[in-house]
Parts: sequence; structure tokens; C-alpha cells
Amino acid sequence: MSHLKNLTLKVWRQKSPADSGHFENYTIDEISDEASFLEMLDVLNEKLISDNKEAVVFDHDCREGICGTCSLMINGVAHGPQKATTTCQLHMRTFNSGDTIVVEPWRATAFPIIKDLMVDRSAFDRIIESGGFITAVTGGAPDANLIPIPKPVADAAMDSAACIGCGACVAACPNGAANLFTAAKISHLNYLPQGQSERFKRTEAMVETMDEYFGSCTNHGECSAACPKEISIDVIALMNKDYRASKFKNRKELSR
Amino acid sequence: MNMFNSKIPAGALHEKWDNYKANAKLVNPNNKRKFKIIVVGTGLAGASAAATLAELGYQVDAFTFHDSPRRAHSIAAQGGINAAKNYQGDGDSINRLFQDTIKGGDFRSREANVHRLAQVSVDIIDQMVAQGVPFAREYGGLLDNRSFGGAQVSRTFYARGQTGQQLLIGAYQQMARQIGLGGVRLFNRTELVDTVTIDGRCAGIVVRDLLTGEIQSHAAHAVVLATGGYGNVFYLSTNAMNCNVTAAWRAHRRGALFANPCYTQIHPTCIPQADETQSKLTLMSESLRNDGRVWVPKRADDNRPAHQIPEDERDYYLERLYPSYGNLAPRDISSRAAKRLVDKGQGIGPLKNGVNLDFSAAIERLGREVVEERYGNLFQMYERIAGEDPYKTPMRIYPATHYTMGGLWVDYELMTTIPGLYAAGEANFSDHGANRLGASALMQGLADGYFVLPYTISSQLASLLGKTIPGTDHPAFKQAEAEAKERYNGYLNVKGKRSPDWFHRELGKIIWNDCGMERTREGLQRALSDLPALYEEFKTDLRVTGTGDSTNQTLEKAGRVDDFFQLGMAMCQDALTREESCGAHFRSEYQTEEGEAQRNDDDFCHVAAWEWTNDPMNPTRHAEELVFETAHLATRSYK
Repeated sequence: MSHLKNLTLKVWRQKSPADSGHFENYTIDEISDEASFLEMLDVLNEKLISDNKEAVVFDHDCREGICGTCSLMINGVAHGPQKATTTCQLHMRTFNSGDTIVVEPWRATAFPIIKDLMVDRSAFDRIIESGGFITAVTGGAPDANLIPIPKPVADAAMDSAACIGCGACVAACPNGAANLFTAAKISHLNYLPQGQSERFKRTEAMVETMDEYFGSCTNHGECSAACPKEISIDVIALMNKDYRASKFKNRKELSR
Repeated sequence: MNMFNSKIPAGALHEKWDNYKANAKLVNPNNKRKFKIIVVGTGLAGASAAATLAELGYQVDAFTFHDSPRRAHSIAAQGGINAAKNYQGDGDSINRLFQDTIKGGDFRSREANVHRLAQVSVDIIDQMVAQGVPFAREYGGLLDNRSFGGAQVSRTFYARGQTGQQLLIGAYQQMARQIGLGGVRLFNRTELVDTVTIDGRCAGIVVRDLLTGEIQSHAAHAVVLATGGYGNVFYLSTNAMNCNVTAAWRAHRRGALFANPCYTQIHPTCIPQADETQSKLTLMSESLRNDGRVWVPKRADDNRPAHQIPEDERDYYLERLYPSYGNLAPRDISSRAAKRLVDKGQGIGPLKNGVNLDFSAAIERLGREVVEERYGNLFQMYERIAGEDPYKTPMRIYPATHYTMGGLWVDYELMTTIPGLYAAGEANFSDHGANRLGASALMQGLADGYFVLPYTISSQLASLLGKTIPGTDHPAFKQAEAEAKERYNGYLNVKGKRSPDWFHRELGKIIWNDCGMERTREGLQRALSDLPALYEEFKTDLRVTGTGDSTNQTLEKAGRVDDFFQLGMAMCQDALTREESCGAHFRSEYQTEEGEAQRNDDDFCHVAAWEWTNDPMNPTRHAEELVFETAHLATRSYK
């Protein structure tokens, strides 16, 4: 086990949503390279408390890369420099002694800052509530093996369903668009036979809820590059295709 | 009131649940909307209960301290979910799942509850598939299964190594649909700080808004606590950082009995602690033991890298000690075996605190591609954390606290000893006895939320029809609010020198050393003298910076650590008074000549349920006798 020495942290501090916020500089004299990035922030917070200062607020929970609670722009990159890795799984061995590390919250209009590094991502929940489900009331389901699902289809649905809803895609997008998130959710359900009945109703509702809160997609591809679960940008094409189709199909349904 | 009316329905074991449902009182659909039900926690149990109750027509208010319900820690379960579907035709049945679960729990769980769990397990899989959970499939399109510890059949359904995530997203989406439809009102970033009892019935809850610090009351006809387990009392555990015992503990302090707090499960396959800043431990799914072989060098202090140690100098100790289950021996047994070898100096890794979980034989047999498909994301996660490639060198693993079988005492209806207050999922004690089998936590959470509570809650509500319930202006609510305010202001005003995290770490050390994998009378007595002293220090030397009127994670933590202290004392007392070894509770004084757990069925074939007395060092112990009519009390053997 070795140690990193003399790290400078430039951390975004913001008292409240209305506060304009500013960077503050802190130093970490020594930290084990086995520590995770968030454990490094724990060390900083312990130091702040012992100096009688308020700890830095940041969202985190499982610390194993699956709950999607943690965030952070690290040196301007969502979840930091390591590919396919959430901030909680980023370890200090990725950095060097003497480094200056800039730590900021997600920056997007749809994700207002609550305090310091914590943002409000509940717009994601609004998208799901508008149609991100398969209606299957408890108790009425047929036997699970009644509808065989070809393995490649189940695998494709699973690839999309791996999304952890962290918001890195939105933070990385120059437009603050949520197309990768929404498309991952839509394609998970639209690939599956169980999802067909509501396919076009779902797509139309979710895309339009997304548009209420988020910016528009102009195909930069930053979202996919930043995604810790490496969701492919292909899902956006599928969403767009289904959205276009929904405009015809849903109207046809209404005219019946 | 008889404290131990477990309300087990009459009839033969396999008919009890059907009998119950056939005779339960119902609420007319038009009347359901007149009832308000509060669900606290939005993991598998909470989200599935909230969604189903709202579908039935009840008004549901759901509370979570997370930013979104989809963050709950059910999401981190990796390996799978059990169900007695017998899709593999390998001899599985409801009775076999029941027997495995009773035996796995070392005959310390309630037969009727466990049998019901096995019965509804098959419905869960149907329900989740209908909702779009992408379980793993065979090429023909049918569902795939794998095997888990403590079972000789393949009954575990899985979605890669992310089964918990996929099930939680399924339950969350079903609840989200109800939020969109107005059936569920969601209160996120809101933490329960008290429950309120009026005239012997649970009248509602008091919560704290984590963004503003505001304390607020909510009244309801029934309250469901689906708030998870208390493994974080150990500080280092596989639980998420925010998992805590506060909701269950506050209900306990208001009169709900707390059962078997000493039944805490240590999971055998976690990544060992790497350094002093470690904030949590990460689990590597038990499913890895399907293909990985566990071994240590035969010689102590063998510093050679794994590949340089020849076959005949390796001890594949699980295969040697438990030939019929081998690497799939249950969790408690595998954990103790690892601890004993590490204690003897046969541990591996820089700190000599692990054992090998080796995939080289599997890679040779199946090819890297198949191994990657089965466990790819777990291998990747390991590589991120440990900085080593498990395709090339064996994983280093060591046991860590993972799950807590103990929890709020509930009857067959999942109701606590406070009428109107229910506990579901890991928060209750009911189904796993002294040890939980792998892939059974997801099963129990969803069983409680989808298929048990919706039936049992109506039978209580039926009698409340037409009666008014106390509102939040009732003095009992006002008093609970005042106490909560005082409590949180109190933490801010101690103005001592130590952070809540410092106390939590010290508390964890005491619990891990003296109430962990192996317990002794001496150790427990030592813990019971160390804990009150440290708790006293907590009350006088705590430092919480910041204020109480905006987001303050240090303050939130202080409240949780406070409750962990009191729970820790209860755990040690429970462990001390249970003078036997059973399942995950291992007392060194009570073991067979071969070092296995020795139960004492004459004196301890019961549930210990503790009553709060205002002095955490002197709670009252009650016992609920366990009667086994179908399963035969036998010495658990996995040899």
C-alpha cells in the first residue's frame, strides 16, 4: 500500500439553491492510494469537522457503483477520469501526489443545486412516472415461462436496463439533454414482448415529459462516453424511431 | 393483551395461508379510498407494498430518505432470487424450499411464515417477468436458473450480477405508475424520526425533511415500516452508507418488541479491508462460489503468489470439510471456516486478511467467455476496487457483515406488537431464523410487499371503517414533534470534539470484536461494559458542525449513530442470554467436537423478543416458543 501526498482540492461550496456559490481550496496531506474518491472526501470532512467547519455535502450511498446516488464532475469530467466507473468506484491510485483536483456538482438546468455538491435529479422520476413501466397489476400475471424471450432480446433489454439513473449523461451533455437516460429506459421495455402493448403510448409520454425538463439532443455522444454503465447511444436512435411512429400510431388509436 | 399471539392460522401447514386468505376480512373497493396507509422505505418490500396497496385503491403515502425511491439498498443485491418453480426439473418443490429455508435458519424461524414464503415465491417470478424484469434466459427463450448456498437444486433466478437492481427497478416502476396516477404520494429526502401511538394503536409518524430540517407529522390508518436491516451497527459492512436502524428502533422505543437482534449474518465473500480509511466493504456475490474454488495455502505465512503454489500445497478447505456441499456450504459455515484459517496465519494478500476464490479451473473448463458472461460485471467491480484482474489472479475474499435476520417482532400478519404498525422485508425478523440462505432476501422482500401485506392489512382496516382516526393536531403528535426537535437540537448543542463518524467507527470495532463471527461470554460482558462508557462519551463529546435548518449530513449521521448505540447494547444482551450456538450466532462455549454450532433445543427453541424499558442496558426479554410440526429438529449437517 502506498500513499499520495499533497493533494489540492478545489471544491464547489454553495449554501443554498439561491446562493451564487464559489470554489474553496483544501489540502489533503496524505491519503492511501487504496482509498476511493469518496473516502478521500470523508477524510476531508473529518478534517473540516475537527476544524469546526461545516462538512461538504455530497450525495452517495451504496459505494459499489450500482445505486446511482453519487455524482461529481471531477476535473470537468462526469464521474472522473476512469472509463465506465462511478465516482464511488474511482480510487485514488488513479491520481498522483501533488495533483490539483477540481470537484463540482452536476451542472444542468434540470438538476438544480441543493447544497455544495448535491443536486436535485427528481426530473428523472417524473419521466418514469409518465410512462416508464409495464402495467401489470399484482396478482394477475401468467406463468413466467409462458412467453419465451429469445436470449439476444433479453440480453439487449438487460443492456439498457443496466442504467443506474445517476445523471452523468445529462451532466456531460453540452445541451443538458436526458436522451440517453430516457432512451435506455424506453428501449429496456420496448425490446420485450411484455412491453409491446404500451410501446407507443409509453414512448410519446416519456419523450414529451423529458422535453419539459431537459435540453435537446444534437448527437454529441458525450452522454455515452460519460456513462458508467456504457449504455450505447444506439438506444437514442431506437427511441427516435419509436417516437416518430408513436405520432401516427397513437393518433390512429384515438380515431378508432 | 397477549404479547405473543403470533396468530398462526389453523389447519395443516400447507393449508394455513389458503385458509387465512379464505377467511380474511375484506374492504369494499369503494371504501378502500377512505383509508390512508403510510409506507416508510422504498426498497423491494416498501415499493412493492406501496404499489400494490395503491392499485387496490388505498391512499398511500410513501417515504424515503433517498433522492429517488430507486436508490434503496435492495438495488445492490447481486446474485439472485429463489423460487420453487422447478423449471429445471431437478426435484424442487414448495416443500423442499420450505425445508431448506428452515434448515438454513437452523430451526429458529416460524414454520408457518416460512411455508407461506415458499408458497408465494412462485408468484413473485411471474409478477416480475410480467413487469419486464430481464431475467437471464436460455437460448430457447425460457428462464435460466443457478444454484446457491444451502441448496442442492437450481432454483435461483438472476439478471446477470444485478438481480437486486432489476427487481428494484421493476417494483419502483410499478410504484412510479401509481405516483403518476395519484395513488401514491411520494415524500423523498424525508426521514422517519418517530412513530406515534394513540389509544394503543399506531396513529402515524413524525418525519424530518432532510433539506430544510423541518419536523412534520403524518397520520394514517396503518403504517408499514420497510426500512431494511441494521448491519451498519458494525460500521464496516456491505450495507450502503445510509442504511440505519432508526425507523425500527424508534418504533421499538414506542413499544414494538425487537426480536433476535443478535442474529446478524456475516457473508463469506467480500473484498477484505484495504486500509484505515475504508468506509464500507463490498460483497462479491455468493453465486461466484458456483464456479470459484475457495482455498488457502496449507502452510502459514506462505508469501508466494497464488500461481506459484502447487496443487498439493493448497487447502481447498470447504471441499475438504463439507464434501456434499463443497464451495456452496451455507454462509455462516463458510465464514467461520475462513476466519479460523486466517486466524491461524494462512490468510493471503498484503494484510494476510483474505482467502483465495479461484476461477482458474472454471476458466479452463468453460472458457473465459462463459465465465465473463456469467460474472463479467462482478469481475469488473472487483478489478476496480482491488486493482487486480481476477481472470489472472484469484480474488481475495473475507467475511463481512451483510444482512440482519433479527428485526421488529411481527405476527403472521406482519404486524408488530403495536396494532396498526407493520414491518416488512429485512426490517422484520420473521422468515430466516438464525441464518438466511442466499437469494432469499429478495424473495422475502417481494413476498411481504406484493403477496402478504395487501391481504393481511385489510383484515385490520375492516374494523376501522366509519371511525375517525386522530389527526396530526392531537397532543401525542405535538409531543413527539417537540421531542424530535429537542433531540436534533441536542446533537448540535453538545459542541464536543468528536465527529459522529468517529463514534460510529469505535462502536463498530466493539461490536465486530465482541459480537461478530464468534462470541464468548467474556467478550460480550466486555462489550456491555465498553458500550455504555462510549455512549456516555458520545453524549458529552459529540461535535456536529453546521445548522439544523438546511441539509446537514453530519446531523443526520448523529441521530443514526445514537440509535445504533442503543441497538448495539440490545444485540450484545441478546447474544449473551442466548446460551447456545445456532446459525449465524456462534458462541464459542457451545460447539461440537468438530467445531460446528451446537444448538440447545431444550432451552432456546424460541424467539427472544425484547421490550424497551427506557434503559438500554436493562430491556425485558420475552420468549415466543417455536413449535415444529412438519420439519424435524435435526443437527444441521452440510457434510
